[in-house]
Parts: sequence; C-alpha cells; structure tokens
Amino acid sequence: MARAAAPRTFSDAKATYQTNSELAWWVFMRVSGFLLVFLTFGHLWANNMAFNAGEIDFDYVASRLAQPSVKVYDSFLLLFALLHGVNGLRYSIEDYIQRPQRRVAAKVALFTVAGIVFVLGVMALWTFSFTEMGDAVRALEP
Amino acid sequence: MQINVKIKRYNPEADARPYWAEYKLEARGSDRVLDVINHLKWEVDGTLAFRRSCAHGICGSDAMLINGVNRLACKVLVKDLGERITIEPIRGLPVLKDLIVDMEPFFDSYKAVLPFFINDDPPPPGERYQSAEDRAVFDETTKCILCAACTTSCPVFWTNGRYLGPAAIVNAHRFIFDSRDQGAAERLGVLNQANGLWRCRTAYNCTEACPRDIPITRAIEEVKRALLWRGA
Repeated sequence: MARAAAPRTFSDAKATYQTNSELAWWVFMRVSGFLLVFLTFGHLWANNMAFNAGEIDFDYVASRLAQPSVKVYDSFLLLFALLHGVNGLRYSIEDYIQRPQRRVAAKVALFTVAGIVFVLGVMALWTFSFTEMGDAVRALEP
Repeated sequence: MQINVKIKRYNPEADARPYWAEYKLEARGSDRVLDVINHLKWEVDGTLAFRRSCAHGICGSDAMLINGVNRLACKVLVKDLGERITIEPIRGLPVLKDLIVDMEPFFDSYKAVLPFFINDDPPPPGERYQSAEDRAVFDETTKCILCAACTTSCPVFWTNGRYLGPAAIVNAHRFIFDSRDQGAAERLGVLNQANGLWRCRTAYNCTEACPRDIPITRAIEEVKRALLWRGA
C-alpha cells in the first residue's frame, strides 16, 4: 500500500493531514479551560476575598476598572469565557442541526451575537469613563 | 420469581410502528436475560427476533438496551435487574425486526479506520518482536468484540449517524499504538475528518456501556493526543 512518510512532529502532522480546524479548537478548549480556572478564581478572590463583598460600591468598582491591569485582566476573562462558551455551543449546533443551510444560519447568528457581546464588553471596559459617571451619580444624590 | 418483561417489538412487514409487548413468566435470579428471551422465543412466541451466538460474552451478537443501559443479554443476570425488565434494540441503527438492528453502518465505520495490521517491511525470519511494555500500551483496546454497545450509547451517534463512533476509534487505537504497525498516518487521517474523532464530546456513555470494560473515553483521548503530538 502506497503511503506518505509517517509524520513525526506537530508541524509534519499539520502538513500531512487534510486539516480542519477541529484539532486547533480542541487544543483551544483545553488551554482556555485551564486559563479560565485561574482567571475566574482570581476574579472571585479580588471581589470577595481581598475585599469585603458587602462593602463593594460604585467607587470601589470604578477605582478598580480605572486600572489598566484590571482592564487587560477582564478583557482576557471576557475573551476566553466567551470563546470557550461559544465554541461549546458551536459543537451542539454541529451535532444537532443536520441541514447544512440551517446549520450555517445558526452558526452565523451565534458568531454575530458573540461578536456584538465581545465588542460591547471591551468598549465598556476601555472607553467608559467611571470618573465622570461617578461624579454624575454623586450629583444626583440628595 | 415472577418477572415482568417488556420488549419493544417491531415487524416492518406487519407493524406501522414499534410497540411494547409484555410477558409475565417465572425465572430464577441466576438466569441471564438471554435465558429469559430464549425461553420466550422457544416456549411462548416464536416470532420474537434477536441475535445471539456464543452466549458467553465473546461474540458480541446480543447487545441490547436492557433497563435503559446497553448490555449483553448473555452477561446480565435477572437478580441484578429486579422483577421488571425492559428490553429495546440498541439505538441509532435502523431496526430490521424486534431486537435486530442493521449493523452495516457500524461496520462501515469500522472498516474506514483500516482495522488490520499494516507493515510493508519484509517479514523477519522469526517473528515481529514486540516488548511486553509496547504490547501493554494497546492491551485494553484489543478486547473489543464489536458488539456496538458503545457506539449505540453515544449521544452524538444518535443525532449524527455519520460519526465514526467509539468502536471504530477503539479499533483504530489498537493498531495506531501497535509498535509493529505502520499504518497510523492513514488511520489518523481518517479520524481527523469532520465526522471522525473530533465529534467525541467525552460523554463517557461508551465507557459505561462497554461489556469488556475497555476505558474507551481514555483511548479516544489518547488518539486525540496522538493526532496532536505524534502524528504517527
């Protein structure tokens, strides 16, 4: 039986097989799942352990979200959680929707919603002025 | 003891759709389910159709859905099921009659992974040597009897019958990890396709269903890692 030489490395493997993106997504799910454990528990620690959750108010949230490191941290949390969840939903769509047109339509709708959520989340993190909003809220208080 | 057996029956030449038939009979706790349905066929209703051959858990003919779990009728005892026993054909394959399903789609997937020894080197004078350690790597997956209990317990296979299924991947694993075999690249190429390995969502149904106790989900993960790192 004629055969190509057996690939020995990951790059050989990628070149040899008629690749689809499923291998990359499988790796992504493992890596993002691992990172999300630390990102999520870090987030919980910052909001519940390092600070008394009962005392969280607008000023505390605004002061945290004004720090670039928190913005970067939360952007990654948003990106990985969203992509990890969306890819899980994509798996369900691939498994359960059999008609090609409907499957494509469902995936387009899913990716569109995910894109909007991501853009809105990143805009809220990076462009929202918590200082100005804090001043505005305080001005309303009696 | 008196037992109540419910069997999902279907004769495509007479029935519009499957129906439940109920039988009350005497059985001992030490009887196997196969003994019960043999008794039904031989003494009560000769039209009941099911496959069985060796009756000792080796040939893999009599996989069926017994009380909601895929098992071999010859390996499960009445005392472990209680007085009410429900028997259905395994799911995801077309029912031909009663408990007999069309196994061709299952064997097509099996054939697709080239489940035979591939080595183009001229045979050595003695034997193709393999160390005990190398043999141990794929020991579990040599135990498959092709009963289809795993594949027909897989929720992905139920919704998408084109998925190769756990049994085909187990049999690919048996050769991919055989140190004497040279066909791993083609097998991994087959498994890497859209309806191949990546459809596995690690539901573990296959591992629970396997009457040979093969750690199927682990074997599938090992093949996924082989695709990622080794490629052969």
